[in-house]
Amino acid sequence: MTRALINTPKQAQQGEVIEIRAMIAHVMETGHRRDAQGAAVPRNIIHRFQCLYDDVEIFAADFYPAMAANPFIAFSTVATTSGVLTFAWTDDQGTIQRATAEITVV
Amino acid sequence: MTTRPTLAEAVRGFTGNRDVRPGRVKLDVPPLVENGNAVGITVTVESPMSANDHVRRIGLFNEKNPQADIAVFHLGPRAGRARISTRIRLASSQTVMAVAEMSDGSLWFGEAQVIVTLAACIEDLL
Repeated sequence: MTRALINTPKQAQQGEVIEIRAMIAHVMETGHRRDAQGAAVPRNIIHRFQCLYDDVEIFAADFYPAMAANPFIAFSTVATTSGVLTFAWTDDQGTIQRATAEITVV
Repeated sequence: MTTRPTLAEAVRGFTGNRDVRPGRVKLDVPPLVENGNAVGITVTVESPMSANDHVRRIGLFNEKNPQADIAVFHLGPRAGRARISTRIRLASSQTVMAVAEMSDGSLWFGEAQVIVTLAACIEDLL
């Protein structure tokens, strides 16, 4: 089960710059907060985001606690060939969530 | 708590003491935000994004949060255009800065001031 939302065009012209928008549900706990008992709440953020286009990395990001909860990112890529965009988010607990989107290039 | 690096120190961690020039980097962020927990921000870098002239990395930094780093974006000629939007946390009114590293190694920065009326990180845990 993935809690990610991906927004990409289904179809694009070859050479067209397309916008990719990706959001995932995650608390992005900063590690700077304390709970009601005064105990520090351990940091748990997604610290790495990666987007592959047919297995080649086209975009990546390192995130720090100043990223908002449910991290959202919009970036772009050149539509080259019909293929699959793969998204991966890695958090501090080592959990990797993945999502994919297909694109048809005409 | 250990003291956080200043904005300038954080930027030096990214640039490694190389010259950083103002220009080519534009930050779009509302000048006044009500809620610091999710502030929409768009970074645009002037670049042809071609194979031999493109943006390699963009670092995003803040002045007054508990930590100065916000994010580092890795891109290349396949991005087509150097524009990234995201949502960040701001603990108080402060300066936000973006630094772009080009494929020729040159570094450029842009900055913006944001006034935050309700800061991030103050909400209680349930």
